[in-house]
Parts: sequence; C-alpha cells; structure tokens
Amino acid sequence: MTDIIDTLAGTATGSPLESLRLRRPVTRDNAEKTYRALFQPVNTDDVSLAERFAVALFVAVLHADTASAEHYGALLTGQPDGERLRAAVLAAAEAGATKGPYGAYPDGPLSVENKPGLHYAVASAQRDAIGARLAAALDHAHLLVFRPREASPEALAALAAAGWSTTGIVTLSQLVAFLSFQIRVVAGLKVLSAA
Amino acid sequence: MNAPLQHPVITPAVENAPVAFTQDRIGWTPWLAPLAEDQLTDRHWAGLVEASRAKSPYFMLLVRDPDVLEARTKTDKDIFYNVEDGLPRAERELAATAASRENGCIFCASVHSRFASHFSKRGEDVQRLLDEGVTVDLGERWNAIIAASVALTQTPPAFDSAHVDRLKAAGLSTEEISDVIHGAAFFNWANRLMLSIGEPLPAG
Repeated sequence: MTDIIDTLAGTATGSPLESLRLRRPVTRDNAEKTYRALFQPVNTDDVSLAERFAVALFVAVLHADTASAEHYGALLTGQPDGERLRAAVLAAAEAGATKGPYGAYPDGPLSVENKPGLHYAVASAQRDAIGARLAAALDHAHLLVFRPREASPEALAALAAAGWSTTGIVTLSQLVAFLSFQIRVVAGLKVLSAA
Repeated sequence: MNAPLQHPVITPAVENAPVAFTQDRIGWTPWLAPLAEDQLTDRHWAGLVEASRAKSPYFMLLVRDPDVLEARTKTDKDIFYNVEDGLPRAERELAATAASRENGCIFCASVHSRFASHFSKRGEDVQRLLDEGVTVDLGERWNAIIAASVALTQTPPAFDSAHVDRLKAAGLSTEEISDVIHGAAFFNWANRLMLSIGEPLPAG
C-alpha cells in the first residue's frame, strides 16, 4: 500500500524504489505512523489540525519542496478558513526563504564557526491575518529549520506567552523535526532512484 | 486584572556547559517539565517503547505526545540497529555524526561519535571530524559519506546525483546509499529536538 513518502516521492508500483523502501518495512511503517500521529491525531486539544497543516506548509516551503507544499497546502485548505490561512502562510514562508543551517554557537572554540543569518519573525500584516498563536509557531519553526543551534528557553517562553501548552510545544517541535526528516528522505530517495 | 501567566519554561543554570564537540559522556537537561513516572498511563508506557527510558528526562518530556514518540523511536532503532544487511553500523553512525556536526548539536554528536568510534575502531579519525569539521579528509569512503550527509542536511537539501555517483565509486550499493540517506535524514529530526527542548550538561 502506498504511504505518504511514496506519494511525495512519486514511487511507482513495481519500481526499484518501491522495493528499496520495502526492504526496511519497520522504518517504512513507523515513518508512516509518525505522519499519521501528527496529521491524523487522536487528540487535538493542544495543537489544532489547522495549526498542524499550516506549520507543515510553512516548513515545506522553507525547504523549497513543491510536492510537500502542495500536499500540506491542500490539507490546510480543507480546514475552516483554510484558503485564507494558506495564502497568509505562503506569504509568510516566501518572506522567510533563506539557506541553512546557520547560527551562533555558545561562546568558546566554536565561535569561529558562527554563521550569521536571518532571524525571522512573521511580518505584522500576516501576524494580524493568522493570529499571534500561529505566528509564534511559524517564528519557532523558522528557528528550528534554519538555525536549530540557536534554540533557547526564551524561544520556548515566546511560544508559551502566545498560548502554547507544554504538550503543545512538544508536538509542534516533533512536527517540525519530523518534517525535516520526511522531506530529506523523499529528496534523497528521488535523487537515488533517478541516478 | 489577569492572573500572572503560568510560565512553564525552565532556564537551568548550567556551569561549565560543553562548548566544543566531544566524545565524552556529557549530559542533557530539559527546558520544559518531563512527566513524572506516577503520571504515566499505559499509553505513555507504550510510547516509551522501553520501560528503562522512564529514567531519561528527554524521553519523559517527549512522551507527552506518546503516539509520535513511539513511532519516532521505532523508526530510529530500525534505521540504526537493523543490520540484517546494508551499511555497516559504524558508517550509519558516521552519517549521524556528520549531520549533527553540521547542524551544531553537541549532545547528539557526542553520543553518535562514540558509537562511530566503537564500531569502526577509528576513534582518532572520528575525533578529527569533530575537531576539524565536515571538510576533514578521512579517506574517500568516509569523505563521500560525510559529504552526502552534510549535503542532505542543508536547507533546502543540496544532495544531488554527484553525491550518489561518489558514493557508488567509493563502493556503496544502492541499498547502502539508502541507509546513508536515512541515517542523515533521521538526525535532522533528532538534532532539532535535542537542540530545542533542552541543553547539554558537562560530563559528570
């Protein structure tokens, strides 16, 4: 049965890529279970479906991953007010486009490797459009995608101040981190299968 | 008047925090409250996969979303520990170390560089990767694995057919290259968690 990674990678039935993925059924099944736990969750008390799809769309666009952006964008569009949210999230992601990883290390011998880069915050027009809570999640997602070495308790406090619960922050962090995996597996396997 | 906002974030006062990449057994402390053992339901225990993980503040924090943690842990174990075939363990750990070095996760790099050293018996070479960075010359096979892992770690990913050709020329099969991809990709998941919900502690 086709799963999300096959869908995004365009894996054809009977193809060598399908066989390559079936060689590791536990990896395949649990990558899919993670996707479902995040995007078809049993419990949405701490993070709504629209928030999940909106952050996923943002992360996909930051990775310049067209297939993932279309997938999560379509899921967001199916939510209440989704079309308007999708447009605002796309505008926010376009403003956040850059290349990573970058950022500063703690002061010490690694400081010579510090790389400056964009410290992104959702612009006020989009912040008004999507609300402070989702805007805080996008700010944090940008930090995690591009400069994870600069993560801090202050960054988590900004989420908490915007209404994110402790469990909600865990789920949000997993969602951004998992997509960083999923997008790279898809990208890597597409290159490998075309070689 | 609103009540003061309940502030759940922990800011630990860490003395002598690790500021360089190391193979030492350093620690880690969370910025958000882990669950306590007496708060765990059957679902949480299943999410931990191994009961011994209830001793880890990292897993006891992640277990707040047990379904995601359970699937994450099983993905992790299969990518790294399933050695029925494919890339040797040492080189899966090398891919994990290279990704962690590039993203800047001192804690993740410490754990997986130790594993890479253990399985490869090339501890000095692994240490050079930590000290000198991802452009170090450790022989073509390791160089190719490191370069591929680092390219995949870029955002947007910069892994391309030249990386595949180089890995094949270094003797890796398609299946082994898939293992490099999964090892490096998984650490783009793990690094972002470990770096963002807590921080490293000095070796105790």
